[in-house]
Amino acid sequence: MPGMVSMTQPIQQSFNPYTENGGTILAIAGADFTVIAGDTRQSEGYSIQTRYAPKVFRLTDKAVLAVNGFAADGNMFVKKVRQRLEWYRHAHAKDMPIRAIARLIQTMLYARRFFPYYVYNILGGIEEDGTGAVYSFDPVGSYEREACRAAGAAQSLVQPFLDNQIYFKNQTPAAGTAFPKHLPLSTVLPLVIDSFTSATERHIEVGDGLEIYVVLARNSTALAGLQSLRGVQEVTGTNDGERVFVIRRDLKKD
Amino acid sequence: MNTFLERYSSTNAVSQLKRAQRLAEEEDEFTDSAWGSQAGYGQLMNGPPSFTVPNVPDPSSFLRLHTDDHADPNCRIKIQHGTTTLAFRFQGGVIVAVDSRATAGSYIASGTVKKVIEINPYLLGTMAGGAADCQYWETYLGMHCRLHELRNRERISVSAASKYLSNLVYSYKGMGLSMGTMICGWDKTGPAIFYVDSDGTRLKGDLFSVGSGSTFAYGVLDQGYRWDLTDAEAQELGRRSIYAAGHRDAFSGNTCNLYHVKENGWEFIANYDISKLHYDGPGDVAGSPGHGYGYGIRVQGRSSANPPEATAAA
Repeated sequence: MPGMVSMTQPIQQSFNPYTENGGTILAIAGADFTVIAGDTRQSEGYSIQTRYAPKVFRLTDKAVLAVNGFAADGNMFVKKVRQRLEWYRHAHAKDMPIRAIARLIQTMLYARRFFPYYVYNILGGIEEDGTGAVYSFDPVGSYEREACRAAGAAQSLVQPFLDNQIYFKNQTPAAGTAFPKHLPLSTVLPLVIDSFTSATERHIEVGDGLEIYVVLARNSTALAGLQSLRGVQEVTGTNDGERVFVIRRDLKKD
Repeated sequence: MNTFLERYSSTNAVSQLKRAQRLAEEEDEFTDSAWGSQAGYGQLMNGPPSFTVPNVPDPSSFLRLHTDDHADPNCRIKIQHGTTTLAFRFQGGVIVAVDSRATAGSYIASGTVKKVIEINPYLLGTMAGGAADCQYWETYLGMHCRLHELRNRERISVSAASKYLSNLVYSYKGMGLSMGTMICGWDKTGPAIFYVDSDGTRLKGDLFSVGSGSTFAYGVLDQGYRWDLTDAEAQELGRRSIYAAGHRDAFSGNTCNLYHVKENGWEFIANYDISKLHYDGPGDVAGSPGHGYGYGIRVQGRSSANPPEATAAA
């Protein structure tokens, strides 16, 4: 009989190893620094699992990785990237440069082309030539170097704001002036914080806490302004010259 | 000295044993020589890289369930799609022009994608379909082209390079790879274009366009194409075709990247903003019409939407 569920009818079982854990990440590159930030809420559906689950990780003194999507995949992925970076350190007695880390991440993601990691990665840091760099990835490894990128639950809220404020999209400079090519850290940090407070206001999966990593190039001019900030913590690991700092801020918890 | 010799000899007992062990080892373990430095592709002598496959009866339907956004727009993993790419052969070489938009569903994931992959100074590949598939396999192809040069003391032909890629993707047929690419270059036979896709198709031709905006690009391309186009005319045709696709196809747009392959290798011409092309044209470059591509200029004062000034005043 049509429409009636028969006991003999086959039931399809599907292998569903993924879930979405919300949250948003973002990175902006300056002339001699890079800012990589993420909120710390982890949720599944409408329930919040924890208010502090970091999504941004220091890999080396010149590279910081932010992961978003499925938290279990993300944590495992970061663990494996760190393992490969340690092997590299033992073999070559130096840290892997960021453009090489970017390619490493591509091949590691693509090795799972047929069973993807459900993660969106943003890699930020300092290039060998001392410039700030942001690399963004899709789950299977296509990547691109950019100046700024938002990913995750609120990417569609944050990215248009960044396009307008960083790339000056849909703005015309006043007569006789030009838009700056790179913004100073004192402009970028408030933009990052505003992005997250606004995303928290309008997206249910964003909130609780904000973790901002700042990577400074050797002799970066941004150092003085950074050290006077409230609650800034240095997490530099070596004496190579690049320095890494974390700034933590609260976001609304409702 | 003996230990030194042993390490580099391939016939001694220890290394033969090691090689046997290596063959028996699980695929995800690393060999001693690879330790630390095998960042990605590793040693090419081990053959193509290996992939993790889910332990289910039908891995490709698993992949389709979670990644195919045509079948299910709510699926979790969105692979970037949507494109217009074109390449054509003419008297002066090969013109390659592409847009730069990447979409995930209806969201514009990026407007600055590099859809021309610079395989080496003589070979270009274009990107349509899965961005990662094209980027990864065309980079991999570049490494094999270099090996071909070292082994044979001459550059690989466009035909051989494209066949290498075609055979490679054919070996993954049905697994869910998605790529539609044009391998363009200049070899002993002159300028050449091969269309290669993930179904295993490989076609030699003078003119191709691939992607969701290809029909729009073909419209402009077919009516303007001649073999004896000058360099300036050919570059203008490539630009104008990508503009047309960016204008009419929602999944294409943002900017146009233009390349010209000549006898001494490829040359990047420029990046053009498609909105700027519409209103102002390409600017002061070879082949420029000196005004915007949009038809606004051609209906100025001639239609009810843009009435002649006298009528407007009345």
